[in-house]
Amino acid sequence: MSNRIYIYKRYERFWHWSQALLIITMMITGFEVHGSYLLLGFKKAVQLHTLAAWTLLTLWAFTIFWQFTTGEWRQYLPSLKNVGAMIKYYTVGIFTNAPHPFKKTVSQKHNPLQRLAYLALLAFISPLIWGSGLFYLFYGDWARLGIDKSLSLEVIASLHVLGAYMITAFFFIHVYLTTTGHTVFAHIKAMITGWEEEDDHHQPQAAKSR
Amino acid sequence: MNFIKYTLATIAALALIAPAQANNAPENPKPSPKLLKSTADHSKFKELQQTFNSGPEVTKVCLSCHTEAAKQVHMTKHWTWEYRNPETNQLLGKKHVINNFCTSTASNYGFCATCHIGYGTENQHFDLTSETNVDCLVCHDQTGKYKKPSGFFGSPVAKDTEFPPGSGKIVKGINLAEIAQKIGKTRRQNCGGCHYNGGGGDGVKHGDLDSTLDNPDKDLDVHMSADGGNFTCATCHKTDGHQVPGSRYAPTAMDKGSPEIRGKHGHDNPSTCQSCHGQAPHKKEAKLNTHTAKVACQTCHIPAFARGDVPTKMSWDWSTAGKRDKDGKPLVIKNEEGHTTYIGTKGDFVYGENVRPEYLWFNGTVKYTLADDKIDKANEPIFINKFEGSPDDGKSMIWPVKVFKGKQPYDVENKTLTTNHLAGADDSAYWTNLDWPKALHAGAASVGKTFSGKYDFIETRGMWPITHMVAPKDKAVPCQECHTRADDGRLKSITGVYIPGRDTKGWLDLLGGLMIAGAIGGGLLHGVVRIATRRKEK
Ligand code: HEM
Repeated sequence: MSNRIYIYKRYERFWHWSQALLIITMMITGFEVHGSYLLLGFKKAVQLHTLAAWTLLTLWAFTIFWQFTTGEWRQYLPSLKNVGAMIKYYTVGIFTNAPHPFKKTVSQKHNPLQRLAYLALLAFISPLIWGSGLFYLFYGDWARLGIDKSLSLEVIASLHVLGAYMITAFFFIHVYLTTTGHTVFAHIKAMITGWEEEDDHHQPQAAKSR
Repeated sequence: MNFIKYTLATIAALALIAPAQANNAPENPKPSPKLLKSTADHSKFKELQQTFNSGPEVTKVCLSCHTEAAKQVHMTKHWTWEYRNPETNQLLGKKHVINNFCTSTASNYGFCATCHIGYGTENQHFDLTSETNVDCLVCHDQTGKYKKPSGFFGSPVAKDTEFPPGSGKIVKGINLAEIAQKIGKTRRQNCGGCHYNGGGGDGVKHGDLDSTLDNPDKDLDVHMSADGGNFTCATCHKTDGHQVPGSRYAPTAMDKGSPEIRGKHGHDNPSTCQSCHGQAPHKKEAKLNTHTAKVACQTCHIPAFARGDVPTKMSWDWSTAGKRDKDGKPLVIKNEEGHTTYIGTKGDFVYGENVRPEYLWFNGTVKYTLADDKIDKANEPIFINKFEGSPDDGKSMIWPVKVFKGKQPYDVENKTLTTNHLAGADDSAYWTNLDWPKALHAGAASVGKTFSGKYDFIETRGMWPITHMVAPKDKAVPCQECHTRADDGRLKSITGVYIPGRDTKGWLDLLGGLMIAGAIGGGLLHGVVRIATRRKEK
């Protein structure tokens, strides 16, 4: 009744979940550093946030390497084709039980809207949060680097916080969208096992037309 | 095992008594002779084996060997009670400033001069050139027996003396020869004799200096505790030719130097934290070094003052002084702990223990309100001394201070603080007569001024740097207490610096909040519609 495709390779799943853990850690500790609430105490929050930053940096180094050696980086190339169909699906089709306009394949894991969203994340939010985060991390060296006159911690921190809010908003949307598979946990299950189960009642048009 | 050891030790000890045997006892190395740190044993000096009837008699003998000592002391504030601040050009020192404790030394020398490093200090015109009036003993006594009783203008009393005359009270004489023979290096008790007791009693004035520093535990003072550094005051306030570095009149607010190296003179003030610890003192938690550009070490490392069980005075209200009890004597009220909270001669006091300091930007310049400076009731409270500084003058650091609140007399017509004649057996001293106009007339006269006749009380503030009682590192102020949005955050009132956890922009949080609410709300709404439409289908 359903066919399975092996869509997320082992490294990819490892990368995804460890990144998820790190980013959740960074959100929780980051907003504590920001003063939004008191949870671990400022000192522990800073320590954990810093540790997570370095860990994530390492993880990314490996992941970038992986993306390029496997060619997976192409998954993030945007294509405007079918974006309209996707928008229509999320705003109308999903409520009327219309078929999903996109079928995941090993070579195309992300639907066009997803591609755009991840690209925005990669091209805008990430540099914002990483750039500001690294400057923040090396605040103690600003004077030695001769940039203490031209930078202000207030500006760096504000940019970082802006990035943090964006990534947090992204996180919630992302989590919600995982429930939009053919069953509520279908996507999450796929990211855990690597296997995506296709529901053949809803043969996507995109797949048919190919 | 232990029993055997003890037995052996006892045998060895017995063997010592029989001298021939001593060196053969294997477990008992020959005790090395005790190393005397001083090359001179003053008790062996014939010159000191005599009866001394006064301080100057002793000093004369000291100077017969230490020929230059008095001249060195003459160049200290300890002697001159005077200091011209080159920065502000104000003439300061005990001779000149008015504070909000006992207010002024002028006209009260009998009492105040007990803390002058000289003898017979009758008034502010004492002979600055007198060598024999330099008091060597007060700083070098090792016996703890040396006293300069109140009322004797800074002189010790060598023979039992009735004081005040006719009162029947006897001030006991002390043996100056014994003290002189045991003379040695300045101990903390010598400094403390005056510096612990500023303001008229133990711990009263500074808050970070009191007698508990004689033998503090490590929590109270890492540097001075026996199991910590076991420092004396002079370890940091390292004198050179009797000149004592580290001044409250002109503090070093910012020290960008590297640690002192023996033989190298990098520091004009070897009493700063940096002169030993340098600029990046945090080895394990390097992140903390990012604070050292703007935050004084003391701010984190002295979480509270008056931590040693001796309370410090936090306020003094002279305006309520003057009440008498049923017998006509000045009224005295004490609190549960036995500390005087009201006394007819002085007014109301408030004490504090474990007091969290206040914090401000401080650049080392302290501006005083002196006897000639005009003051205005509209500008209450008047700052007796104000620590200056700003976040962006490049010279300021965030410092902890004790802010002492006072309310004291001022001359309403002359618009100045008053010089108050407090101590003395005469008929105008306030402590004897409880009569302000008389005391103010006499006080003004003592400094060549005239009191207008009209007085009132005015709120004043005095600032004291908090720099002693350094806690161990695990007792430093937790990050949380500054990096917080809470109203009681320690650095709540510090402006001009971005403090993570304290500072934020309202619009940014609003925008971010909207984004997150939008994300969650959008998801929820979408999900609800999904559920609703699915039901309909079935
Ligand atoms: C999901 C990712 C992240 C989130 C949600 C996040 C969030 C935050 C927030 C809200 C703050 C408080 C800023 C303030 O109020 O001043 C903060 C501080 C900070 N973040 Fe991040 N951040 C993230 C990633 C990173 C990364 C990747 C780095 C480093 C490259 C980084 C480095 C820092 C540093 C150094 C601080 C300052 C800590 C301190 O006060 O010492 N963050 N972060």
